[in-house]
Amino acid sequence: MADLTTRIGSLTLRNPFIGASGCFGYGLEYTGAVDLASLGGVAVKGLFLEERQGHPPPRIVETPAGMLNAIGLQGIGVRRFVAEKLPELRRLGATTIVNICGSTLEEYCEVARILSDHEGVGAIELNISCPNIKEGGIQFGCSLPGTYDVVSGVRKVTKLPLIPKLTPNVTDVASFARASEEAGADAVSLVNTFLAMAIDVETRTPKLSNVMGGLSGPAIRPIAVRMVWECFQAVKLPIIGMGGIATTEDAVEFLIAGASAVQVGTGNFVDPFIWGKLTSGLNAYMTRHHIARVADLVGSLRIPSKAHA
Amino acid sequence: MLVDVAAYVMANTHLSRDYNVIALSAPEIARVAQPGQFVMIRTQPGLDPLLRRPFSIFERLRDASGAFTGLSLLNKRVGVGTSQLFSAREGDRIGVLGPLGRPFVPVDAPSEAWMVAGGVGLAPFVTLAEALAARGTPMRLFYGARTAADLYYADWFAGLGATLHLTTEDGSRGDLGRVTLPLLRALETTPATRAIALYACGPTPMMRAVATAAGAHDRSVAVSLEPVMGCGMGGCYSCVVPVHRGSGRQFVRACLEGPVFDGRAIVWDALTGH
Repeated sequence: MADLTTRIGSLTLRNPFIGASGCFGYGLEYTGAVDLASLGGVAVKGLFLEERQGHPPPRIVETPAGMLNAIGLQGIGVRRFVAEKLPELRRLGATTIVNICGSTLEEYCEVARILSDHEGVGAIELNISCPNIKEGGIQFGCSLPGTYDVVSGVRKVTKLPLIPKLTPNVTDVASFARASEEAGADAVSLVNTFLAMAIDVETRTPKLSNVMGGLSGPAIRPIAVRMVWECFQAVKLPIIGMGGIATTEDAVEFLIAGASAVQVGTGNFVDPFIWGKLTSGLNAYMTRHHIARVADLVGSLRIPSKAHA
Repeated sequence: MLVDVAAYVMANTHLSRDYNVIALSAPEIARVAQPGQFVMIRTQPGLDPLLRRPFSIFERLRDASGAFTGLSLLNKRVGVGTSQLFSAREGDRIGVLGPLGRPFVPVDAPSEAWMVAGGVGLAPFVTLAEALAARGTPMRLFYGARTAADLYYADWFAGLGATLHLTTEDGSRGDLGRVTLPLLRALETTPATRAIALYACGPTPMMRAVATAAGAHDRSVAVSLEPVMGCGMGGCYSCVVPVHRGSGRQFVRACLEGPVFDGRAIVWDALTGH
């Protein structure tokens, strides 16, 4: 058995596979399909200070090899989360990564403070990249000073590992990884979804109530892999990669590009029993390639010299 | 218990140019499924369609000895996935995840059970009717479709002891018009002292009309909604339905809190996109 553990800053994950925020509820929805303790981590749905209703349906639409969503960050708010969900996640042995949102820097800090006061939070994922709401952090995530300010601001109020989740809707994602590193982040995760749109041509109406939404699924995987590779070259921080992972090979591709762990979202919708397949598949891959530890695979891309010229 | 079965197609019976009943070898799910529960179907292992789609469990299938062999789906060909289900051949593999969702609660005699179905909305009522028949609950089926040829399985319900109230849009069988017509008539002529529980499944305007009629006669109605669903597990928050909560309203996930809802709980004005 290969050593599947992997490190994200001070946090050691059992394996590199994390349920992606926004795609895994609060984790507890999936206990009928997977032992949460067997996952590398559970990234719970984005939390604001207060409860949020989200957008009216239709909230999702399928597109070629992918899906568009505009959920609008419906959620129970951080206080109900720590009271109603966190104790159970802790009891089940989950490594819980809490995705947090804010419309202001103060809100991010307040949510982070509340989480820091409770046992059972493994890390904070800073959502500065949701494309679906105007005031949900993307205004920070699309500006380098904004990214620096929110990461350094939250850094001051928590000792928990801090993982900004980056948007791909920028020209140079690596510069946002650098800004995060300079501001004191422990890791970065990427990519959030690509801002996109689908239209019903018969009625000439948008297929989502919110008009635009975020594209995920296998359709975006090659772009996400490229962005992980760019960030890997730009920063020393561990990277959590994601975007359309549906098989072990997909996940390994992200690890080779430089990710130390990966999140799986849409792939879990299609197959909620995917987790055991991913871990056994990764073990088989590492055994076959005589790779003892995940760290030996991370960023191990080989570029033939000809291709470099 | 939740399972994902790589079921093979045991039979695929075409009812018309668009409707079929497909039998799938998923006895693990059929054995434990309750009336009105659903499964998430993956028609093929590739990327088109990518997401699973929800289907009511239509029949729980048994062999001659009574042992469960699988379940069937009532399918209408509309898009890519439903077309694949329509043209599937015996032996093909279909992914079946389930059983999922809150079931119907079958009422006991002396109360009567009235089922109101529109088109493929008939799907969850076969399992409900079996549960009702097993309890000896008197039942009626109000069932509307486009033409006489589209009133599938009506006689099966009659064979189980249900009183039929059929309607067609062209008058080729039963009353001419909507299924709510005979329902309203029956509600009006039934004394308030007789207990009735209503169950409805069909197009959203029909279910809304049934819920309104039931409310006007102070009758309870359980509606089985069919919103767009991404995962069926509570992970994606796409299948939300607006319900009254306290003094306000709230979006709740139909995969977890439904698909069966108390008709009085739904904020019908806000139920869009279904």
